[in-house]
Amino acid sequence: MKPFTYERASSPAAAAAAVARTPGAKFIAGGTNLLDLMKLEIETPTHLIDVQELKLDKIEPTQDGGLRVGAFVSNTALASDARVRRDYGVLSRAIVAGASGQLRNKATTAGNLLQRTRCPYFYDTNQACNKRKPGSGCAALGGYSRQLGIIGTSDACIATYPGDMAVAMRLLDAQIETINPTGQSRTIPIADFHKLPGTTPHVENALQRGELITAVTLPKPLGGTHTYRKVRDRASYAYALVSVAAIVQPDGSGRVAIGGIAPRPWRVDAADAQLRNGSKAVVAPLLAGARPTEDNAFKVPLVERTLAAVLAETRA
Amino acid sequence: MKDSGSPEISRRGILAGGAAAVAATHVPLADAQTATRSGLKPTLAKVEMTVNGKREAMELDTRTTLLDALREHLHLIGTKKGCDHGQCGACTVMVDGKRINSCLSLAVMHQGDKITTIEGLGTPDKLHPMQAAFIKHDGYQCGYCTPGQICSAVAVIEEIRAGVPSHVTGDLNAKTPISNAEMRERMSGNICRCGAYSNILEAMTEVAETRA
Repeated sequence: MKPFTYERASSPAAAAAAVARTPGAKFIAGGTNLLDLMKLEIETPTHLIDVQELKLDKIEPTQDGGLRVGAFVSNTALASDARVRRDYGVLSRAIVAGASGQLRNKATTAGNLLQRTRCPYFYDTNQACNKRKPGSGCAALGGYSRQLGIIGTSDACIATYPGDMAVAMRLLDAQIETINPTGQSRTIPIADFHKLPGTTPHVENALQRGELITAVTLPKPLGGTHTYRKVRDRASYAYALVSVAAIVQPDGSGRVAIGGIAPRPWRVDAADAQLRNGSKAVVAPLLAGARPTEDNAFKVPLVERTLAAVLAETRA
Repeated sequence: MKDSGSPEISRRGILAGGAAAVAATHVPLADAQTATRSGLKPTLAKVEMTVNGKREAMELDTRTTLLDALREHLHLIGTKKGCDHGQCGACTVMVDGKRINSCLSLAVMHQGDKITTIEGLGTPDKLHPMQAAFIKHDGYQCGYCTPGQICSAVAVIEEIRAGVPSHVTGDLNAKTPISNAEMRERMSGNICRCGAYSNILEAMTEVAETRA
């Protein structure tokens, strides 16, 4: 790990300003992903600004009947909250489908949104990776790509967004609240938060330099049956090959978001509109334009079959 | 636990001495190279925390993980370093009552925290019920993952009682039973290469039933 200096932030605005004015500075909260990457020298911050004491750790009702989740609410606390379990079951389910109990105790809401891909070529510093080192190429193309993306990818990068929590948040149309280095706040719809790689796979989200996530707001409860189904190589503590988050209403309408297949949680309005017509009808617009590799072509039928299982379960 | 200050030569003593000797020669060299490469020298920072009920003040390289602070600075070598990347769970300790991977947390970020390690759960003379149950049910072979398994096991039962859901929880809005399936799922962050899983589960079941 490379040496770094360390400070504890006194306020969200001060933290944002400190990152903006200090070259090589990064925020650290739970640190479970950042430290992992720092040990491998994939992340090499020269200054860390500890934001975990900023008291952004409460879950409060919003005026329009939703919930405002502080940026540093832990995954465990969010999944365990009685209101989340009752009204946003898909979010509880998605969170506990990811990582381990130890990691969920430390991982934060904001940090989880920002977690980096687990593409093996991103993790191996001897390999070319446009995300880790812009312009160096992509060793995953033509490499071992069983886990990697089938849609939304580009000729520069086929990595996936690895998380579960954000898939449920995308399904719920959560909003991400931030503060920038000049102290101004803004709200980013989660649909606009994670960026597709295009020719700039190192740009992973809509945040500007120094911009700090302060909260994630959930809309008022949507009702319906909430499901999160994750298909992976072992029964626990593994990343998704494919995951399906769904909310299905009594009349068969609803919405669906997919994890494990794209650089961001994957949701398509035209696919949601087909939900009453079954999984095949949904998958056609959902995966239109998919470009799987030979290794991960199995994900195309796997999405359809997992979705079919989810729909059968919600109708049962 | 027992062998600190013991004149007998133990495997653990030799291993600890060996590691210290390696650390003494190798780490400063690595630091020097790192400093040259990044242009930054190692930075020291002060931190105070309570470990197993004892106040500890340390001045540490900011890069020191909680795990390394416990093992190399406080010489609490019960907590183990397995993968050092949060995948194996050997380094599991409790911070303010919650289990975490101590390898994925910087020591300087634990200012004022209360840490409980395997040494703080029980002692050879006064075992924690979970430690006693692991012995009774043969919940280990080589023992390397055991401190992490025991810390995790103690926390898992508390988490179920506190209403934390898991991937196998049926009804999110009902009280979760302490079942085999619940405990197995929640222990998935602790790997045991000897494969003592079923005996670990028996130990946990006994403790959960005794305290129910």
